[in-house]
Amino acid sequence: MTQVAMTVNGKPVTGEVEGRTLLSDYLREDLRLTGTHIGCDTSQCGACVVHVDGKAVKACTMFAAEAEGAQVTTIEGMGHPDGSLTAIQQAFQDHHGLQCGFCTPGMVMTAAALLEETPKPTEAEIRDYLEGNICRCTGYHNIVKAIMAASGQDVSAIAAE
Amino acid sequence: MPKDHGIGASPLRREDVRFLTGRGKYTDDIALQGQTHAVFARSQVANGVITSIDTSEAEKMPGVLAVFTGEDFVDVGGNPAGWQINSRDGEPMKEPKRPVLAHGKVRHVGDAYAAVIAETEEQARDAAEAIVAEIDEQPAVVDMGAALKEGAPLVHDEIGTNQCFDWGWIEDNRAATDAAIKEAPHVTTLELVNNRLVPNAMEPRASTADYDPGTGDYTLYTTSQNPHLTRLLISAFVLGIPENKLKVVAPDVGGGFGSKIYHYGEEALVLAAARKIGRPVRWTASRSESFLTDAHGRDHVTRIELACEKDGTFIAFRTETMANVGAYLSNFSTATPTFLHGTLMAGNYAVPNVYVNVRTVFTNTAPVDAYRGAGRPEATYSLERVIDMAARELGIDPLEIRRKNFVQPDQFPFTSAAGLEYDTGDYGALVDKLEEMIDRKGFEARRKESEKNGKLRGLGVNTYIEACGIAPSNLVGVLGARVGLYDAATVRVNATGNIAVMVGAHSHGQGHETAFPQVVADMLGIDEDSVEIVHGDTSKIPFGMGTYGSRSLAVCGSAVVRATEKIINKGKKIAAHMLEASEADIEFTDGQFSVAGTDKSVGFGDVALKAYIPHDFPLEEVEPGLEETAFYDPANFTYPAGAYACEVEVDPETGKVTIDRFAAADDFGNVINPMIVSGQVHGGLAQGIGQALLENTTYDADGQLISASYMDYAMPRADDLPFYSVDHSCQTPCTHNPLGVKGCGEAGAIGSPPSVVNAVIDALHAGGHAHVTHIDMPLTPARVWSAINS
Repeated sequence: MTQVAMTVNGKPVTGEVEGRTLLSDYLREDLRLTGTHIGCDTSQCGACVVHVDGKAVKACTMFAAEAEGAQVTTIEGMGHPDGSLTAIQQAFQDHHGLQCGFCTPGMVMTAAALLEETPKPTEAEIRDYLEGNICRCTGYHNIVKAIMAASGQDVSAIAAE
Repeated sequence: MPKDHGIGASPLRREDVRFLTGRGKYTDDIALQGQTHAVFARSQVANGVITSIDTSEAEKMPGVLAVFTGEDFVDVGGNPAGWQINSRDGEPMKEPKRPVLAHGKVRHVGDAYAAVIAETEEQARDAAEAIVAEIDEQPAVVDMGAALKEGAPLVHDEIGTNQCFDWGWIEDNRAATDAAIKEAPHVTTLELVNNRLVPNAMEPRASTADYDPGTGDYTLYTTSQNPHLTRLLISAFVLGIPENKLKVVAPDVGGGFGSKIYHYGEEALVLAAARKIGRPVRWTASRSESFLTDAHGRDHVTRIELACEKDGTFIAFRTETMANVGAYLSNFSTATPTFLHGTLMAGNYAVPNVYVNVRTVFTNTAPVDAYRGAGRPEATYSLERVIDMAARELGIDPLEIRRKNFVQPDQFPFTSAAGLEYDTGDYGALVDKLEEMIDRKGFEARRKESEKNGKLRGLGVNTYIEACGIAPSNLVGVLGARVGLYDAATVRVNATGNIAVMVGAHSHGQGHETAFPQVVADMLGIDEDSVEIVHGDTSKIPFGMGTYGSRSLAVCGSAVVRATEKIINKGKKIAAHMLEASEADIEFTDGQFSVAGTDKSVGFGDVALKAYIPHDFPLEEVEPGLEETAFYDPANFTYPAGAYACEVEVDPETGKVTIDRFAAADDFGNVINPMIVSGQVHGGLAQGIGQALLENTTYDADGQLISASYMDYAMPRADDLPFYSVDHSCQTPCTHNPLGVKGCGEAGAIGSPPSVVNAVIDALHAGGHAHVTHIDMPLTPARVWSAINS
């Protein structure tokens, strides 16, 4: 077993993990932060995206031990401290950018990273950036629309609803 | 002005906040005190005789609590097929037992033959790898044609054949259809494959079982679209646990698309294991396990003939189909290729003759069952491809040939040549709408622009009709269903006036928690926020057959309406007492009970409070409380219909197809929440376009699944898809349910594949590749390029 210490959603945490424990499993099983979801076993689906030191990372691609000393943000750390939704989360609700909700945490974390890098992305840039996040419910229409709206762009010309 | 509340409004979804903040509660998120972990040992060969299973080493491994094999379940029941189909000669379908764990033989890669329960998942996994199974590999059958040949290896030795049944619909129409085709001036024939798909809900299947030795009560948390059906199957067929001792909870579920309708052996295993070790047992599928063991969809090989006059008037459709059921019969696997497929083979058309033949085939592959659309996409694809081909052969515009043959608005109710009674529709209006949405007039200019860039542009269209709102029990009972397909709801008005509605439908993306309150609030004249939907827990809701077949609102929503009507009726009794009037004189509008012709009234909230504080009630006339239950069984299916168009660009150098625009005009009858309905269509379109261009499930000749991960199975991603144009303003309300709704969940997946393929064929013809009359899905660059250069 290996000792790990990191900061998750602003709080310092320490724990003992096996060498093979993935960051995604550590977050879900040890810290009970179950908003980070596991939808595949080949690092393709993106349901487990978190931020590690400010970068969007698939938490299933890292061992927990590799996050030693890192600043980790999960979906549980994304809302405002008073519990209200951030602009990206609110845009997902306003534009019906989620259905079953399973891919949603990863989508929100990826969208946040995109807007950090590219504050006003084009439709093509959004679709390209979401390449590593699979959604089976929405057909992506409303996800792309929500991210455009969250970046302050006028989406009224995009097919309604 | 769009409405801001009630029926027809689009309030934001109340379920979103928990999902957006990571507070959803899916099955794998549940951690029970003392829980243990199950891991399955699964066959690596497609067909094999189990000669021995040695679990002795595994049992000694650290943390191991129990090991199970098929031997432990020989005395319990099999997981049954829910629908009895007879062959054309009257012989019942072949129905081999589907055990909890394979016993004697393994029949597909992934077939589980043992399971380990251990303290941790890692320990269980290590121990599962230490099980030594001697499996004598046998030749596998994968291809359906080969499976039906004399002397083919058998999937189930005891039934002596790989054919499950040979079904005809409608058998009495066969001779007339054959004769009509023989004499027809023009016959178009097409052989096509409806490619096998994996539903791929993003949440893998998961089940956690708990057993209370003090009471003998079991609880199963599971990823189900229909927890009551799961309970019924486990209780009545598989484990025999009394229904009143088994609680099944389907909490938040991360998509289903059909794959979570069915009861799977893992659910029975964790229940049996929890009882044996006296601790909770948890199992969650890896994505690889999902690919190997979730019920797959589609997988038909069809020959369709369309006979018509030279002017394009349809005379007959005749089809011969082989439908794969995989290694075992999943719960709806026999209904899907038959009554959800053959009955739709008249499409939107007033064609006089239809005959459908379906042979279902066992193969050494995962079971195949209903996947979004379930039989209806297969029917639509066959029809709308052959119609397009006929139009091209006859030189008729593809929309005109359809218009010419539509059932006309004044013909409803219309009994189709495939035996269904369509209640309402206006297919011409849908096509008119579609032409406007797709800007058909501008197409030629866009085509020229594409040509300048070296690309071939094509426009493909199709219509569809589906039978939804599944289903009238009396009808499906005659046709072989072993269950009723009603649904149920309880409306509980609390003393303080807020309301809990317990519904049998399960919401796993469909937004019931938002849409159902719109209905109740509208009827009661109250605020939607005071109505809460309770679903997914057999201990809380009366009963329900669940969510599939675009049925939630049409069937369960109708039960909600009926229960709410009972609330209003009881409220009138209470109000009559409070207002000292005759019950017959009480009217209810906008949340007020009033005495007709007077200014005397009492609000809904006061009546609710009175119901629970009955100090001066006439108890012989009205009992305390305000809670009502209704079961609703539909009189008919509902018949959503639509017209779809797809415009593509094909790069003739590479064969790559890019979708430039996609338009969907749907008639769903009345619409409760337009935002949610559009979202449902978007998702369906993505799955249909995925089938047409990307997705394919491939087994090699030995039965190895070679598309068993997202590295190999091409899921549609954001950059594969366009913004869609969707419309549901053409509304012909359903005539037989109280909401006039038809259902919208499957339409996009049913309606979209043919227009994509039609568009590609159109593009290739425009580019001078007239020798290409058909390409089987998915239209990958390799397939399109090969077709061009063939």
